[in-house]
Amino acid sequence: MVVAAFSDFMQQVVSGLASGGIYALLALALVIIHRSTGVINFAQGEMATLSTYIAWALIAHHGWRYAPAFVATLLISFVGGVAIHRVVIRPVERGSVLRIVIVTIGLLVAINGFIVWEWSGEPQQLQSPFGTDTYSVGGVVIAAHDIGTIAVALGIVFLLWLLFQFTKVGLALRAAAVNPEEARLVGVRVSWMLALGWGLAALLGAVAGMLTAPTVGLDPNMMAAVLIYSFAAAVLGGIDSPIGAVVGGLLIGVLLNLLSYLSQYGMFDWFTEELRLPMALLVILAVLLVRPQGIFGKPAVKRV
Amino acid sequence: MTPRTQRIIGFVAFGVFVAFVLYLPQLDLGFLGWDVAVSDFKAREYSYVAIYLIALLGLNILTGYTGQISLGHGAFMAIGGYTTAILMAGNEEFGGPISGGLKDVWTLPIAGLVAGLVGLAFGLPALRLSGLYLALATFAIAVAMPSTVKRFEEYTGGGTGIQLFGTPELTGSITNVHVLGWSLSPNEWMYYLAWSIALVLFAVAWLILRGRTGRAFRAVRDSETAAVSSGVSLARYKTLAFGISAAYAGVAGGLFVIASAFVNPDTFPVALSIFLLVGIVVGGLGGLSGLVFGAIFVAFLPLWAQGQDLGSLLPDRIVEETQKPGGPAIVYGVVLILLMFVLPNGVGGLFRRAGQLLSRRRYSPPK
Repeated sequence: MVVAAFSDFMQQVVSGLASGGIYALLALALVIIHRSTGVINFAQGEMATLSTYIAWALIAHHGWRYAPAFVATLLISFVGGVAIHRVVIRPVERGSVLRIVIVTIGLLVAINGFIVWEWSGEPQQLQSPFGTDTYSVGGVVIAAHDIGTIAVALGIVFLLWLLFQFTKVGLALRAAAVNPEEARLVGVRVSWMLALGWGLAALLGAVAGMLTAPTVGLDPNMMAAVLIYSFAAAVLGGIDSPIGAVVGGLLIGVLLNLLSYLSQYGMFDWFTEELRLPMALLVILAVLLVRPQGIFGKPAVKRV
Repeated sequence: MTPRTQRIIGFVAFGVFVAFVLYLPQLDLGFLGWDVAVSDFKAREYSYVAIYLIALLGLNILTGYTGQISLGHGAFMAIGGYTTAILMAGNEEFGGPISGGLKDVWTLPIAGLVAGLVGLAFGLPALRLSGLYLALATFAIAVAMPSTVKRFEEYTGGGTGIQLFGTPELTGSITNVHVLGWSLSPNEWMYYLAWSIALVLFAVAWLILRGRTGRAFRAVRDSETAAVSSGVSLARYKTLAFGISAAYAGVAGGLFVIASAFVNPDTFPVALSIFLLVGIVVGGLGGLSGLVFGAIFVAFLPLWAQGQDLGSLLPDRIVEETQKPGGPAIVYGVVLILLMFVLPNGVGGLFRRAGQLLSRRRYSPPK
C-alpha cells in the first residue's frame, strides 16, 4: 500500500514536471517579451496554437515526417514572431502601454479566428515525437512523452541560456532590454533586438504548443489555460527573471498535480479538477500581495 | 475659445445628445434609403449600448482618470448582475436564504452598492500593485469568477444560473408596461430604462471628475509621488476610484441581467472584461464623450464583423468569406489593431484634436 502510494506519488511528480516544463517554456516567452517591450503578450498562447496547427498541417495534409515538420515550424514561427513585431507592435511601441496591450488582444482574437477559419474548430490529433511507450522504473510508470517533454524543455532553456550568456547577439539582446538608450549609443540595433525577442518568444511558444497537443488534443483554444498557468509561473518566479520563469513553471506544474493527487487520499479534499485554474490564479494573487517581485525578481526601484 | 464657451458647447452637445437618444425609437431614416428604422427589436439592441456605456464610464474613472488598469471589470458586472437576479427571483429553490420578489428597478441601486463595496474592499490590496501587476491580478479575478459562481451553487444556481422568466410581474423586460399613461413594449421600456440611467450616471461621472476628487484622481494617475507630496492620500483616492468604478459596473451588470432575463456563469465571460478595456481605449482614455463610441464598438462590432447591417456595402465575395466560422473574429481583431494605429487616443482624442484646431485659430494670449 505504502509502496503503491509512493510510486503513484512519483508518477504525479514526473507528469507534473512535464506539464511544468511546458509552462516554463511559455513563461519564458512571456518574460522575454516583458523584459524587452514591457508588455504582457496576451496573444502568446494563440501564437503557439497557430504554430502547432502549422506543424499538424505539414504532417497531416502534406505528408511531411515529424522531424522536418518540427524544424520548419520553428523557422516559420521565428520569422512570424519577428514579422509580428515589425508590422503590428513597432508602430504602437511609443504610445501608452495600454495601446500595445490592446494590439496584442487584437492579435489574439484575429489569430484565433484565423485558425477556425482555415482549419475549422474541430479537435485534431498531433502525434508525440516520443511515441506512446511507458517505462517502469522501480514500480513507477513513466510515459516516454513526459520524459521527452522534460528533456526538450530543459534542453531549450539551456540553449537559450548559452545564447544569452555567451554570444554577441545575446549580449546585445540583454543590453537592449536593460537600457535601450545606452545600448543604442554603443551601436546595438535596439529595434531589431526587440524583433528578435519576439521571434524567440514565438519559437518557444511553438515548442510548447507541439509538446502540449499530444496530451490535451489540438484545438483552437488549446493554449488558453496553459497561458494562465504560464502567467502564474512567470509571476511566481519574477516576471523579469528567466530562471524564475523556469523554476516557477516547474513548481506550478508539480504543485497542481500534487494537489489533485493528495485530494484523492483525503488530504485537501476540497480540491477538484475544476479548481486547477482558480488555484493558479490564487498563486498569482498571493505572490503579488506578499512578494510582488516573485522568487527571483528584484524589487522595482524607481528614481523620481 | 474660452473655457466658458467650451463648457457651454459641452452642455449644448449633451442636451442635443439627450434629445437624440430620447427621440431615437421614433426615428425613421427610411427616406434616406438607409435601413436604420429603429424597430422594436433594435430598441433592445440599443439598450445594450447604454449598458456598456455605464460600465465604460466606471472603468474609465478607474483606468483613464486614476491610471489603474483593470482587466476584471466583467467580474464586478457579474456581482451586480447576480445581486439583481437573486433579489428578483430569490435563491430558495437552490437552498439559499433569499426569497426574492423585489421589482427590477429597485434592485439596481443595491446591485451598484454591493459591487461598489466589493470594489472598495478590492481596492485595499490593489494599493500594493501598480501597472501590469494590477492588470494581471484583476485578470485573475475575471478568470476565477465563473468557477467561483459555480462553487456557491446554493446562492447562484450553479452552472444553470437564474431565470427571470418566471416572474414577469417584477420586470417590464418581459411584458408591456404602463408608465404615466404611456404603454411601452418590453423592448422600448428596456431602452428608456437603460438610457435614462446611463445619462444620469454620465452626468454624475462628470460632476465627480470636474471637482476636487477628479483632480486628485488625475494627480494619482500622472505621478503618485507628486500626488502624495501635494497631500493627496493615495490609499483614499485609489480605493475610492475602485469603489465608484465597481459600483458603475454593478449597475451595468444588473441592467444586463434585466435585459437578458437570465444569468449564468457564462453571462459575464473573461472576454467581456477584455472588451470593456478595449471599449475605453477606443472611446478615449480620460474622456467621457468618446465613450459612447466605445460602447457602440463593444456592442456592435461583433455584429458588424459578421457583415450584418453593412453587408450591402461590401463586395459579396468578401462578405461570403467573413461569414465562414472564424471570419468575424479575424475582422474584429484586424479592425481593433488598425484602430490603435489610426486613432491612438481613441474617438475622444479625435474630439479633443478637433477642439484644439478650432481654438488655436481664435487663441489670444491671456492678459
